[in-house]
Amino acid sequence: MLRNDKAGFGWVTIILHWTIAAIILALLALGFIMRRVPIDPVLQFSLYQWHKSLGFTALGLAVVRALWHVVELHPKPPEGLSPLEQSAGSVTHIVLMGLALAVPLAGWAVASTSTLNIPSFYFNWVVIPHLPMAKSAPAENLWTLVHMTLAYLLLAFVTLHVLAALYHHFARRDDVLVRMLPTGSRRHKRSQTAGANPVIAGRKKP
Amino acid sequence: MTLRLQPSPRAVALALLAAMSVSPSLAVGAAPNLADAAGNYGITSASRIHFTVAQAGGGGIAGDFGKFSGSFRIDRNDVDHSTVEFTLYPESVKTGGKRTEDFLKSSAVFDTANYSTVTFRSTNVKQTGPATAAVEGTLTARGTSRKERFSVTLLDWNRGSIAFNIRGNIHRSPYGMDVGTPIYSNVVEFDMNIKGQRR
Repeated sequence: MLRNDKAGFGWVTIILHWTIAAIILALLALGFIMRRVPIDPVLQFSLYQWHKSLGFTALGLAVVRALWHVVELHPKPPEGLSPLEQSAGSVTHIVLMGLALAVPLAGWAVASTSTLNIPSFYFNWVVIPHLPMAKSAPAENLWTLVHMTLAYLLLAFVTLHVLAALYHHFARRDDVLVRMLPTGSRRHKRSQTAGANPVIAGRKKP
Repeated sequence: MTLRLQPSPRAVALALLAAMSVSPSLAVGAAPNLADAAGNYGITSASRIHFTVAQAGGGGIAGDFGKFSGSFRIDRNDVDHSTVEFTLYPESVKTGGKRTEDFLKSSAVFDTANYSTVTFRSTNVKQTGPATAAVEGTLTARGTSRKERFSVTLLDWNRGSIAFNIRGNIHRSPYGMDVGTPIYSNVVEFDMNIKGQRR
């Protein structure tokens, strides 16, 4: 099942979700280490280049993810959620997708305005041009601040998102987390054929 | 009458001085010749040690070393027996950007805290034309010594001073300076204008 339906997520959404999640976590860790930990300058230079290549990958995937979100069906929210909880979920998802675009764009602006003028050599394979922005120390400092602030904001929303998923899974005992897992896709397929989801049905509170 | 036609010793001396104050190349209208410039010279601070490192997508890093010293001897009888020794202090690197300069001085590149000089000692000089030579020698940087080659062109000289253009492409990875490759080329292109003062 590649596509979503009302009952659950298809493979495209699931793979995009977890790939972007892994890359974002790696980028946050890289960003922190290369900026905040005193490390060997050779390693630091190398980490910056990995961060940039991974960041462009995240940007590309985030664009696909956002478009997919616009064109694709959204599964039904689990039963019993208040309208406030439902909109909180939707808003969080949209903020996550927006930040997944904004953070790498701001990072691209850092590379583009930097007076160091270091090319973005995507995985040592192809040069990604700088954005048409003037290079100056104040511009670089501003975009560095924007990039960092948005990244921490993204980390905050990722944390909220994870806590919400865990709350759904362990407290509400619904299928919100499970349906985003690879096994969720199989259950989703089974549930479609069976017309019900026995796994989730069995988990429901009496 | 005959006595009058003979130039005075003072006039001869003035004529000689005038002839020597312009470069021989201009005086005789020919290319400067290495053999004619034989002598011992000290490298002066008017020299320019310029380098560039190309980067992916065009452009690159360009800079100069401000502090250096050295001397050379052009052999009177055989240019091929000439010698040169040169020391530069990478601490003096200038690229127009402090962050780049600090990075070049750091342990990532020159490691100036542990290696304060880069030296070159010629081992073999071969004249390749009236005004050109290939100079081979030992380049030592970051504790590694390797044979490198520079091409030398005599630009100008007079009785007191001499000017060369010296070019050479040095691979930096053998010296443990391969940081940034392949974004930045492994090859450092040196384009130096060396001015010498006769000793």
